Amino acid sequence: MLNKLPPVVVHLLAALGCLVLLVLLTFATDPFTNLRIATVGYYLIAVAGLALLTGFNGQVSLGHGAFMFIGAYTVALLVKRVPAFPIWADLLLATAAGGVAGLLAGAAAARLRGPYLAGATLALAVGLPAVTQRFPDLLAGSNGLSFTVNSQPAGLRSIPSTQWQAWIVWLAVLLALVVLANLARGKLGRTLRAVRDDEVAASLAGVHVGRTKILAFLVSSACGGLAGGLQAFLLGTAAPGSFTVALSLSLLAALVLGGLGSLWGALWGAIALVYFQVWTDDIAEMLSLRNDISDNLPLALYGVVLIVIVLAFPAGIQGGLRKLWVRVRRPVPSQRGEAS
Amino acid sequence: MTTFFNLTLAGLSSGAVYAALGLSLVIIYRATRVVNFAQPALALISSYVAYSVTKDTGSYWLGFAAAIVVGTVLGVAVERLLVRPLRDAGELSAIIATLGLLLVLQAVSGMIWSNEPHAFSYAFDFRGRFSAADLFAVLAVVVTASGVLLLFKFTSLGLRMRAAAFNPEVARLLGVRVGVMLTLGWGLAAAVGSLAGMLAIPPFISPTTLDEVFVFALTAAVLGGLDNPLGTIVGGLALGIGLSYVSGLLGPELVPLAALAILVAVLAVRPAGLFGRATARRV
Amino acid sequence: MRSSRSAIAIALASALVLAACGGAGETPANSGGAQNGEPAPGVTDTEVVIGTHQPLTGPAAPGYSKISVGSRAVYDYINDGGGINGRKITYKVEDDAYNPTKTVEVVKKLVLEEKIFAMVGGLGTSTHSKVLDYLTTEGVPDLLVSSGALMWDSPQKHPNTFGYQVDYTREGKVQGQYIKDNFAGKKVGLLMQNDDIGTDSQKGLDQFIKDQVVDRKTYDPANTDVTPQISALQASGAEVLVCECIPAFAALTILTSLKIGYKPQLVVSSIGADPATLTGLVEQFARQGGTQVSGGALLTGIIGTRYLPSVRGADDPWTSFFKEIHAKYIPQEAFTDTLVYGMVMAYTFAQALKAAGRDLTRQKIMDAMSSGELKGPGLTPFGFGKDSHAGYTGALVFQLAADGSVKTLQEAKVTDRESGEVKSYSEKRLTPQDVKLVG
Repeated sequence: MLNKLPPVVVHLLAALGCLVLLVLLTFATDPFTNLRIATVGYYLIAVAGLALLTGFNGQVSLGHGAFMFIGAYTVALLVKRVPAFPIWADLLLATAAGGVAGLLAGAAAARLRGPYLAGATLALAVGLPAVTQRFPDLLAGSNGLSFTVNSQPAGLRSIPSTQWQAWIVWLAVLLALVVLANLARGKLGRTLRAVRDDEVAASLAGVHVGRTKILAFLVSSACGGLAGGLQAFLLGTAAPGSFTVALSLSLLAALVLGGLGSLWGALWGAIALVYFQVWTDDIAEMLSLRNDISDNLPLALYGVVLIVIVLAFPAGIQGGLRKLWVRVRRPVPSQRGEAS
Repeated sequence: MTTFFNLTLAGLSSGAVYAALGLSLVIIYRATRVVNFAQPALALISSYVAYSVTKDTGSYWLGFAAAIVVGTVLGVAVERLLVRPLRDAGELSAIIATLGLLLVLQAVSGMIWSNEPHAFSYAFDFRGRFSAADLFAVLAVVVTASGVLLLFKFTSLGLRMRAAAFNPEVARLLGVRVGVMLTLGWGLAAAVGSLAGMLAIPPFISPTTLDEVFVFALTAAVLGGLDNPLGTIVGGLALGIGLSYVSGLLGPELVPLAALAILVAVLAVRPAGLFGRATARRV
Repeated sequence: MRSSRSAIAIALASALVLAACGGAGETPANSGGAQNGEPAPGVTDTEVVIGTHQPLTGPAAPGYSKISVGSRAVYDYINDGGGINGRKITYKVEDDAYNPTKTVEVVKKLVLEEKIFAMVGGLGTSTHSKVLDYLTTEGVPDLLVSSGALMWDSPQKHPNTFGYQVDYTREGKVQGQYIKDNFAGKKVGLLMQNDDIGTDSQKGLDQFIKDQVVDRKTYDPANTDVTPQISALQASGAEVLVCECIPAFAALTILTSLKIGYKPQLVVSSIGADPATLTGLVEQFARQGGTQVSGGALLTGIIGTRYLPSVRGADDPWTSFFKEIHAKYIPQEAFTDTLVYGMVMAYTFAQALKAAGRDLTRQKIMDAMSSGELKGPGLTPFGFGKDSHAGYTGALVFQLAADGSVKTLQEAKVTDRESGEVKSYSEKRLTPQDVKLVG
């Protein structure tokens, strides 16, 4: 029956199901875990956007954090200066701002290949947050902006704030994922992959390569803008110190960890991003190591995991799961040596 | 006028450092088509070793030599253990692997030497607008870069290294030991990177000292063309001087933005860098 | 198609519902405060749990990562002596790497998961300012914030928050008045960090030396090249250079000035004037082949301000007291003023804890803080009271001598944040015996 419905509706229903499950989950866990759940949410949309750009379209971007920066500051400025806008308007505008920035970045980067693109996006990640120094009155320089978001309707005031925030974040994330999934499945997804695999062939087949690459940047950075906006909403803060090169690199690493070229991979990557930090912190505390060691241990372990994944499990977590799924579904060949 | 002159001198010595670190990136890229994001970490560890050796023996040059040796060894190890297995895995895997290595090495240096900054000697007297230490930095980079260029252009070893990078299949058929050439390339690049680290780090060393320098070095390498060592030297010096002007005349907070603007402007006109060769034919 | 039409209808309906939500920036009519009358979290019969966020890793770690080490040593000492009012102090330190996003996360973790009784010594203006509202809403006592910003002293808006460090304006006034009295007529240059350290210090300095200032330059902690700023200051002819800098940048200022041959009278504020840290940072360059100066000579004559006992204070009973704790609990750490900063903070908190009594609630500890009765190791009194949550209210001026010792140039003076005068205060400073906590 599900196969008869158009994909949009299937995706929407799946998203609705996920949302219901999530709401139940937030009731079952404590307020701090709800914060973690919300954090996984906005990382998920950030990594999913990157999956589209780097996984599907093959453009290596080391500057995704810059788009999150734009989204976060958009929300921050709107909440502070146009307080009448509801949070939905702020988030939509953050998404749009990210998209516009992506359009510009994509246009500038359309002719760049591989490491040149990587270098340019790295410079973007470093250079853009520095703009806060240039406009200290508007953007509050290094200190950044701090604000409180009022989004809970009066009737739901009894729900703890982190739980409510988790709902909002995941609602936005799931809606965005529905859009992304549709794009990925449809013509755009095929075009993106065609351009990634062989630009010349795609061009000969009638695909406008430059336009496709710019579109990939646009969609991906819109996701980044939304992610940044959600982070600002969640934490009530936007500061340049949060949008370091390390953030952009972590997002890329999460993508690879989860599995390139797959939106599910973005989910595993986002979970890993949040919970790996937590686990390494706990290990460090459990072993009560000397300060110098315990302070640096999470980073060291994170790096080791990246290397191991890349060397041993290049398809990431999603690739591993897929192999497992195939093995489970396909019956083992009989002893008489059935042909595969 | 003196301000301009002073800014140019300052830019020259910082540019030399960007050029050196950029050169190490370019050597590796030419040899293995990989951008080594772990390069600043390799340079950092070598410099920390130099710091310890100098502290124990009191000799700066002994530490210097130790840095170069350790850097080379690390470069060789990374190529053999990390990059070689990933040869066929796509460029993103190599980027992630070297990023992971960067995280590990930076964290390890913090574990061993702590996150506090330690004083780190200059090679020579650092007093003066263009001090003895600055002169040494520029000369060392010029000599090293010339040496590398001469190696690639005029020696048979250089020829073999270029052949191994450009077309490994044919080179193998012609008797070039491709694997050894790649390893050599990484060792050489890491040694140059360690030199760059020793020059860039003074006066203070901490696990994050080389982060910003690395971004500018990568910018310089991209500007000059990732497969062109001479272009990188020119790009590095030009970038150093340019950013020095920006810092002195417009304000130091604009330096990262200026680097981005320069990069975008140059790449818009020449997508493979100022002196790079475009590798794909547009249809 | 039917399905797309119904999809549109659903979308419109949701949009209407969503539009009914309030504006994101508006404060709702009844923003509830914390509930009182409940048993305080983080308190049991035998234990009280406190937390803090500190930059243990990352670019700001150098220098500041030792503050919590010093605090922990004092808490260990107190716990070994039986604790305060029969409770041991459990001190939870979370690393935020000076990244405000991480600060919000770890503070929420401390409040929601670790259920701390109070936050003690949260560090950094750009970091702590992001959790100020949250801590106020949750009713968590936010004590002894490690930053000199003015915003911690706002009892109306943030009744739970109390400062500790002398704020930058007060310190600027002490510095300004000293310069005016002792360097009248000389040209003054300012080098400041490009955040509230700079803006707040200038408010204080300008009250006294505005007409003497010939150039003002800022630096960004992310950029370690200060040559442009120092060159410009040299070109402006400034004979006195006020450095509102953290230790790494005070050291860079000294070295860069040496490099370009600029010899101003350096006046460094308390955040950067720890002699042990500075010596450790610049001494290496004195032994450099080529320079003729010794390590001490590089620092000789530097004027600094201070409000806590100095590690070089041979006749200060508090220095000896903390030195003993250091020797017993953390002998492997260098005994620096930064360490002492953390130790004095821990001691002050313990004093407040004792004053709050055995029947411990959050309200009682805040009453103890604002009672104005907290007197201890500091060289000046706290500004705590009903209408003020400001920390230390003044500073002492000292000068570094060639042999590494510190010479007091002007005894501690106190002032306010506005245009009040800078005046001496004559209250006798208490000794460790007077405010014994344990044993």
